[in-house]
Amino acid sequence: MSKDKIKICEDLADIMPPEYQDLVEDATYGDQDRGWKDVGSSKELIEQHSLCAGCPESIAFRYVLASLPAPEDTVFVGSTGCTSLVFPHVAVQNIHSLFGNQNAIASGLHRALKVRFPDKVKDVVVLAGDGATVDIGLDMTLQSWFRQEKFTTICFDNELYANTGGQESGLMQKGFVSKMAPVGKLFDKVRLAEIARESGCHYVACLTVSKPNRVEKALKNAILVAREFGPTFIQLYTPCILEIGKQSMEGLDEMKDAESIGGRFVYKEYATDDVKKFLKEKDEEAKARKKEKKSAKA
Amino acid sequence: MNKEVDLKGKKVKLSQHVKIGQKNKMNQTYTDVSDMFAAKGAPSFLTGSEVIRDAVKVAGVDISVAYPITPQSEAAALIGELYAEGYLLDYFRGESEFAVMGQCAGAAFGGARVFTTTAGPGTLRAMENFPMWAGSRLPIQVVVTCRGINSPLSIQPDTLEMAYLLETGMLVWHAETAQDLYDFILAGFMVSEQPDVHLPLANCCDGFFVTHTKDTVNKAPEDLCLPPYDPYKSPVPCMDMECPPVRMMRDPFVMKSNYISYSTHASWQQEVKAAVERSRKHTIAILGGLIETENVDREILIVSSGTAVSQGREAIRLLEAEGIKVGLVKIKTIRPFPYQEILEATANAKHIFVPEFNMAGWMAREIKALIPNNERVYAGPHVAGGMTMPSEVIAEEIKKHIGA
Ligand SMILES: Cc1ncc(C[n+]2csc(CCOP(=O)(O)OP(=O)(O)O)c2C)c(N)n1
Ligand code: SF4
Ligand SMILES: [Mg+2]
Repeated sequence: MSKDKIKICEDLADIMPPEYQDLVEDATYGDQDRGWKDVGSSKELIEQHSLCAGCPESIAFRYVLASLPAPEDTVFVGSTGCTSLVFPHVAVQNIHSLFGNQNAIASGLHRALKVRFPDKVKDVVVLAGDGATVDIGLDMTLQSWFRQEKFTTICFDNELYANTGGQESGLMQKGFVSKMAPVGKLFDKVRLAEIARESGCHYVACLTVSKPNRVEKALKNAILVAREFGPTFIQLYTPCILEIGKQSMEGLDEMKDAESIGGRFVYKEYATDDVKKFLKEKDEEAKARKKEKKSAKA
Repeated sequence: MNKEVDLKGKKVKLSQHVKIGQKNKMNQTYTDVSDMFAAKGAPSFLTGSEVIRDAVKVAGVDISVAYPITPQSEAAALIGELYAEGYLLDYFRGESEFAVMGQCAGAAFGGARVFTTTAGPGTLRAMENFPMWAGSRLPIQVVVTCRGINSPLSIQPDTLEMAYLLETGMLVWHAETAQDLYDFILAGFMVSEQPDVHLPLANCCDGFFVTHTKDTVNKAPEDLCLPPYDPYKSPVPCMDMECPPVRMMRDPFVMKSNYISYSTHASWQQEVKAAVERSRKHTIAILGGLIETENVDREILIVSSGTAVSQGREAIRLLEAEGIKVGLVKIKTIRPFPYQEILEATANAKHIFVPEFNMAGWMAREIKALIPNNERVYAGPHVAGGMTMPSEVIAEEIKKHIGA
């Protein structure tokens, strides 16, 4: 989508809602070097959210949306869950259809956009909960990877079914006591990152959302690699503070604990050799652009 | 509902972003569907599966997703051959019918004309998708080649699965013959893609009886093609980020327990229902009516859809030889249901027989719920599980019931 399409005609300017006007004037559409640092200083692509106060999913949303390399040509596919309550507030087109079918929807969508816009890059990004990605939708998650569908899958892993009140999920830790796991979960947390790698993902990252620069880098890598190579996967720990009994302010500490040595979310990244080479080139290009910008300013 | 529509001589309004008369990359000329029907050539002798392929070949389908299940596997594979020849832009095998219908939805959300096929257990496996398609206003066409859904496993013809489709919000049509199926596939895209309809269509036929037998079919020349789908005529935005991504909701009221939320859902369901009804005028203009009738001034009528109609027609011939005169109503569209047409056609009937290829007798129930003095409706004969319905059985049952 060209930025011209969202421009407001003069006659209607005063009756357009202020958020829309801000979107036209102050959003970072069209800037491939946009990133988490724009959060708070430019118009963000997420308005309010209706998650619990302090829910790490909300900051994860902000970082993800701020880091998209081309939001003006990105379509999201979501699933039922806490994330689905946020999408109506997001200024990027997004599809919610059913619970767990997100990678099937994205497969069809990406193919349609590919044949309809052969000369344009249209990014498709799946964003769904752990229940959607691993349990009810695992079949479609894996099959889209086997088929080498060229889109990015992001899993907001809060290790349980939050939206239905905190039931056991496949990504829950072993032994955790929850609804529907009354004596504690009996089997290990599913090793989704490893499964993604073995299932054909060209780039995989597993991390918490405690460090925005890491989230930005992983997301950009994943989307750029998906364009060129094939499926990519990012698993983000976004603890459900409500269901694990934490206060609004405690999400960050929970994530920091989980990513410290020996934790479940120690930063992990896999990339094929070709992908590593490609990402290095992209890094250099980005650096060169930065330098150019700086010298232009000077 | 049931208002008279006078569209005689008028052409249904088609996508204008590509002009009628231009050619596609396969050198087919975009042609109004009525002109395609008018240009039909000499009859060919083909199986139903081949007829599905040949209709898709001239239907300008962009994307098709396939999954094997008898009796639609052959048609789905033949569509793959069309893709290999260049007639479709994309085609692949999904991993299950639930996934396939999701993949079809994704492609339709992205603005493609989408076609798929399924049957029996596949239809039920996919079921959660159908109201989603309708609610999302995706004009996907699925050909359902009906087969048994009971356990123990059966692959034989049985139309019980259609009963499950009736309240999904989809258009549901029922082809009697291979010729119907051909015509319905082409007409189906034109009707379901109308901006005031924009709904999915389940184009049903009786498995094996239609798919695996050979029949004569008049087809449009293969150098013609339906005009392409224009996603920007959709009543809801196409998900391609080519229109402003306004926040559609200031508040995700859809998930809330308040009056605005209930009211939104209720009015959207009403709108989908209304869109089904609005399809009538387009269907009538292209297919000439939602029902076909023969001698409905008679006191005894056979009313049904699908191949039960063909068997009914034979039964009428047998009875005629014995001096018993019976009329016929063939129902082509089950959703929208042709209320007014059936009321009128059955106005003078004393006995209405509804033969069906399923145990439930859902068609008889639909008719009973509609017409006055419904004790006139005789729900049967019924066969199920793949049994055939010999015309003699229909004739005997009619004779027994009227005491002839
Ligand atoms: C077919 C179907 N089964 C079950 C549900 C109920 N359901 C809605 S959201 C949800 C849990 C979502 O869990 P997850 O994907 O982990 O997302 P979270 O809410 O934790 O972010 C469930 C079970 C549904 N909507 N549809
Ligand atoms: S229930 Fe849990 S995951 Fe959902 S919004 Fe609240 S804290 Fe976040
Ligand atoms: Mg979860």
